[in-house]
Amino acid sequence: MLYMPGNSPGMLQHAPVFGADSVLLDLEDAVAVAEKDAARRLVAHFLRVLDFGRVEVTVRINGADTPYFETDLEEIIPARPSAVRLPKCQSPGDVLRADALMTAIEERHGMEAGTVGIHAMLETARGLEHAFEIATASPRVKALTLGGQDLTADLGVQKTREGWELFYARGRVVMAARAAGIAAFDTVWTDVDDPEGLAAEAKQIVEMGFTGKAAIHPSQIPVIHEAFRPDPREFRRAWRIVTAAEEAERQGKGVLLVDGRMVDGPIVVRAQRLLDLGVLYGMKGDETA
Amino acid sequence: MRRAKMVRNAIGRFVPAEIPGIGSFEPYAGAMAKIAERRERPRICAPLKATPPSRNKVAPDLKEAVRRSGLENGMTISFHHHFRNGDALMALVLATLDEMGFRDLTLAPSSLPDTADFVADYIRRGVVTRLHTSGLRGEVGRAVSAGELEIPVVIRTHGGRARAVEEGSIAIDVAFMGAPACDALGNFTGCIGKSACGALGYAQVDARHARHVIALTDDLMDYPVRPRISVPQYLVDQVVVVDSLGDPTKIATGAARITRNPVDLCVAKNAFDLVAASGLLAPGCSFQVGAGGASLAVAAFVREHLREKGIRGSFGLGGISGFMSGMLEEGLFNAMFDVQSFDSAVTGSMVRNPNHIEIDASWYANPLNKGCLVHNLDVVILAALEVDPEFHVNVMTGNDGVLRGASGGHADTAAGAELAIVVAPSFRGGVPTIKDSVKTVITPGETVDAIVTERGICINPARADLLEAALKANLPVKDIADLQKEVERLTGVPRPVEYDEDHIVAVVEYRDGTLLDTVCRTLRR
Repeated sequence: MLYMPGNSPGMLQHAPVFGADSVLLDLEDAVAVAEKDAARRLVAHFLRVLDFGRVEVTVRINGADTPYFETDLEEIIPARPSAVRLPKCQSPGDVLRADALMTAIEERHGMEAGTVGIHAMLETARGLEHAFEIATASPRVKALTLGGQDLTADLGVQKTREGWELFYARGRVVMAARAAGIAAFDTVWTDVDDPEGLAAEAKQIVEMGFTGKAAIHPSQIPVIHEAFRPDPREFRRAWRIVTAAEEAERQGKGVLLVDGRMVDGPIVVRAQRLLDLGVLYGMKGDETA
Repeated sequence: MRRAKMVRNAIGRFVPAEIPGIGSFEPYAGAMAKIAERRERPRICAPLKATPPSRNKVAPDLKEAVRRSGLENGMTISFHHHFRNGDALMALVLATLDEMGFRDLTLAPSSLPDTADFVADYIRRGVVTRLHTSGLRGEVGRAVSAGELEIPVVIRTHGGRARAVEEGSIAIDVAFMGAPACDALGNFTGCIGKSACGALGYAQVDARHARHVIALTDDLMDYPVRPRISVPQYLVDQVVVVDSLGDPTKIATGAARITRNPVDLCVAKNAFDLVAASGLLAPGCSFQVGAGGASLAVAAFVREHLREKGIRGSFGLGGISGFMSGMLEEGLFNAMFDVQSFDSAVTGSMVRNPNHIEIDASWYANPLNKGCLVHNLDVVILAALEVDPEFHVNVMTGNDGVLRGASGGHADTAAGAELAIVVAPSFRGGVPTIKDSVKTVITPGETVDAIVTERGICINPARADLLEAALKANLPVKDIADLQKEVERLTGVPRPVEYDEDHIVAVVEYRDGTLLDTVCRTLRR
């Protein structure tokens, strides 16, 4: 998920080409106060005219505590992004307020209610403590997303390379999102010149259960993909497990052996999930390599 | 000149059959047509010239050297462009010739760098009345495009120029050769000295074929120059010591950095993926890449790939950058063939590493000799200003139709390489790169295998095998007409440039000496 400043037409026009699964057109932190109106208009225009292909488009709007919040929604919702990212969600009330505004706007523009989703950003201790309630406040909420920069500021700690200060927060976001059946997106890695650090962090958050991670520069995209792409050997093993399980089911067998090991229910579920992810990356299980 | 008898060539462009003051030309008949003739033709060499034994060829000054050279009005003078934007030599020599009253000269440098604006003044003053070059930019490009030179400029590739010099189409009367490290008998090299520039591949050709050679140096060394002699004393008539050959910081610039422009990187990644899919990056492979943004980034991907797979290539070729000489040091290639060095890192490598081999322009790319190196290339990555659905490439005229580029080794390497990939962003400054028809063809489409942009890879339909490999590797292959439309949805279609079609200001000579295209005078809007 690539962040792109909403006030930079030169960059926005290239939004579809960098290999990101989605782009986050930013009206918030990346845009100076004097540029807010221009960025909003530009993003709304781009949403209408640019062919984003298979890239999902999300717009990060300004927070409910700013004077831009309502205007942002008013102009962005009719341009039909896939979702808006709500910064600094503190409570279910923040989601409900946005939800009500969005429903009214959708209605006025003849759109089906709920067309545009919400990605709720958790970037304060208070927001984090309400993670599950926020995730379930409205069916519009499609993802929880961690805002690491603001959260560490709120906690009064430094952001470290290892990221232990975010360990609990990450676990909490993943758990709440999973419980609500929605996606969990991790925060950005800010040092563009440190792809190794990004690779380590990306690997960690994949292992923790996140389903996506934000990038602040196109060069970060392949690094993040690398972390999500299943290891080919694991992928082939998952393929063998799932195929064996399907075969066992056809033959009415309960227990099965794959590579000499007993395989049961949860292993098959995990294998299926890995297989699905691998297929998204164009991997093929029957290829022996 | 006014449009005279024009003939249609094999790519449908109209070219003159004759240029008064230059000679007659054949129309382009296909990239390999001339080579296929397998004709033997005479080669014009520097004359044998008995010289009494001497320990010193140093002339008192440049003017005296010019007098002794026998230079006359109407003759041809040459320069090499190895000093690039640091060159002060051509300006010094032209000023001296102007002062001495010379007029009506043919200027035949191997190329004109960005900083050669002053040449436009000498054109206006009648000192220079004919021009043969690879590059034409800045004020000179504007002056020529505006029709200020009556006789059309002949634009040649590096290999084509070597051929022209060897066959006598460019008959150099006096070659003024910048010689960074030179001794009193005229042995010189570019790999050391205070104005060191690395390889002297273009100078070597001129020195072998010019009637009179003057080596100009700002670093006269004890006899003999060592550890390398690029041009030997038996080819040099006189030595002139000058205060400065140029600005060393611009002659040998710092190593070019890999671009961080995300679009260029995206282009480079696509290009590399295609190279990898082609299967050509195998042990013994050969590779050439320009020094430009996306091209050099492709080299970075190739380096990574060779390292990772433990592949050792045969040779790297071309204008060599520090990045390429670094790959030699790392053992990723057996040798680097260097006709022209791009940055200071290369200069050191040439001195240290015997496998960093200085080559002359004929060895590099002359299509009509017994075997030039570009014909052994596996992969070349090239840039473009614009391309078209015929895969023709323009690197010469800008969006305003004005001459602002250089032919260089573009067409030479494209013709020779097994896989010639042209990389370019799909639009620049809101102007699409794929046009209905390029303004000026420098490299014919039949020699271009693929055009790679950030938005997709377009493969020449003639290369069905490459298309198959690319599709198998899941690369973002697009039909060039579709990509053109996709980009035009973003950019719109630019208005075509208006030319005075009756007024020819330059011709593009293909490497084999046939005419590929014509450049006309631009009309001011």
